[in-house]
Amino acid sequence: MTGTLTPPRPDTEVEHLLTVTISRGRRIRNRLAGVWMYASFVLVAVPLVIVIGYVVIKGIGVIDGAWFTQKIFVLDTKAGGGMAPAIVGTIVITFWATLLAVPLGVLAAIYLHEYGKRGRLARVIRFMSEVMTGVPSIIMGLFVFIVFTVPLGAKGLVGFGGSLALACLMLPIVIRSSEEMLRLVPDDLRQASYALGNRKWRTIVTVVLPAALGGMVSGIMLAVARAAGETAPLLFTIGASRRVNWNVFQGPNTALPLQIWNNSQSPYLPAQNRAWGAALTLVVLVFVLTLLARFVSSRFSLKHD
Amino acid sequence: MTPPSDLQVSDRTTDPDPTRGLTRGGRAGRGDSVFRGVALVAGLVVLAVLALIVWAMFDKGRDAIRVSGITFVTGDVWDPPNNTYGALAFIYGTLLSSLIALILAVPVSIGIALFTIESVPRRLRRPVVSVIDLLAAVPSVVYGLWGILVFAPAIQGFYQDIADTVGTWPGFSAVFGGNASGTSFMTAGIILALMMTPIVTSISREVITTVPSAQREAAYGMGATRWEVIRHAVLPWSRGGIVGGVMLGLGRALGETIAVALVIGSTAQITSHVFLPGYSIAAVIANEFGESSGTHQSALIAMGLLLFAITIVVNIAARSLVTRFDRRAQGVT
Repeated sequence: MTGTLTPPRPDTEVEHLLTVTISRGRRIRNRLAGVWMYASFVLVAVPLVIVIGYVVIKGIGVIDGAWFTQKIFVLDTKAGGGMAPAIVGTIVITFWATLLAVPLGVLAAIYLHEYGKRGRLARVIRFMSEVMTGVPSIIMGLFVFIVFTVPLGAKGLVGFGGSLALACLMLPIVIRSSEEMLRLVPDDLRQASYALGNRKWRTIVTVVLPAALGGMVSGIMLAVARAAGETAPLLFTIGASRRVNWNVFQGPNTALPLQIWNNSQSPYLPAQNRAWGAALTLVVLVFVLTLLARFVSSRFSLKHD
Repeated sequence: MTPPSDLQVSDRTTDPDPTRGLTRGGRAGRGDSVFRGVALVAGLVVLAVLALIVWAMFDKGRDAIRVSGITFVTGDVWDPPNNTYGALAFIYGTLLSSLIALILAVPVSIGIALFTIESVPRRLRRPVVSVIDLLAAVPSVVYGLWGILVFAPAIQGFYQDIADTVGTWPGFSAVFGGNASGTSFMTAGIILALMMTPIVTSISREVITTVPSAQREAAYGMGATRWEVIRHAVLPWSRGGIVGGVMLGLGRALGETIAVALVIGSTAQITSHVFLPGYSIAAVIANEFGESSGTHQSALIAMGLLLFAITIVVNIAARSLVTRFDRRAQGVT
């Protein structure tokens, strides 16, 4: 990385000299620029604190033992019940999405970095996977609705549809971060493995992948965190359920983001409180994943120096 | 992020696969070609999925386009019971809310990027970056929830104050005047700005770190103030990459569904008043798709295809700009 220069820090004597030599207009402009930079950060940090504060304060009141064990209460107008079906749904749907996206994404990254390199096909795949990260998540929902939900008819509204849509969303993120990690594995390691008589595929599986694993795991966890918080891909693909359903291949399901979306539009306070509770649960889940990813990457990833 | 240059060089000069000539035929060689084949197929999945998305959405959206013809994008009447599908109001809402987000987020994002690189002491840099990353980690539906239950009701009075003061000035009344609603283009724009800031900030930061130290040092050496260094040595060097980052953020804003659906007000109208409720493409899909069928459903899918096309174009342009900077970064290091 390019080392950046810390601005000169004049002691008082020099400062006096500077105020004498630098014209007033220049000093004011410099000061204004400083204010702009500080203000920008504050302008963004404050809403973040407010949003998180609301989620914690409003959400914590709803969460008790029953929250994690009971099914979702049917009435908007009364408190009670729990959020277990949505918690379970979010976990299993995201789990299957990860199971689909990670092997594909890692293999694709291996193709890009170990085989395709700068070839034309590899460049096209790399560019397209970057473009794919920008495809709106609701498009993935529509896509899975058309090619999976509709053809299966009444049996199509299952958790797995949501997993497919989330997997489409995760795939390009996994590819991108995995290739980045493969790039950090020094070529010396590969050459040492070749020198011991290893074939290329063995070198990749036994030398390159283990070396890149820490960073890859961290990138994958960030992708999982992103997917777990997505609502739009699940809107038309997993149906609706108030009961716990561990099976993603049978019966409708629900998820935390969907519960937030539905309950936030209710005019009744008990439903709104449920939305806050679900939001707190989801935010905690996502933050834990994000922090874990940071920990893994700082602990196990390769440093390039 | 960027690999050290020596890695790049060794990539180019030494054959990374010295066993290539030996692996033909033979039993052990088959392992190699199978592995390569599997990896290639995984890579091709990306292209297949993208192609399938376009084909599937075109196939299902065709009906509505046939029924409405060109009025699908030029008409502003959306009346499913009477089979009239004009998407202009939704296109307008998508563009306006994203434009507001852009105006709000760009100066702030660049400010934060400069803040983290040019003025925060080195040991505080990580915490500052973490705060911005945290902003990106909050799911969009949570912003939507806060937006509809807390922010929109609270901000309405403030909007009305602006409408009653600034809105009466000549030239400003078309944009700020009139009645103010809590759920509006403006609210959607503000929430979107919060969501696109982390993207624009992180790309800008990456691009700004590629500015060679020598360039900064030279400017400081000539007696430039910090602002003059930023203005004349840092920003000109990173302009293209920052524009790329801004466009990536724009792509995100255009396609954002849930948060916008909750706070934009769900009223299809074309108006220059930013404090009035509106609608967006993604939001109308989210709200109406579940209960739609036949041509109505087809029209929503066709709108999805339109949104897909818009975001793909924006993303391709953005990626081309950012990639060019990545390449330069690898050259400089």
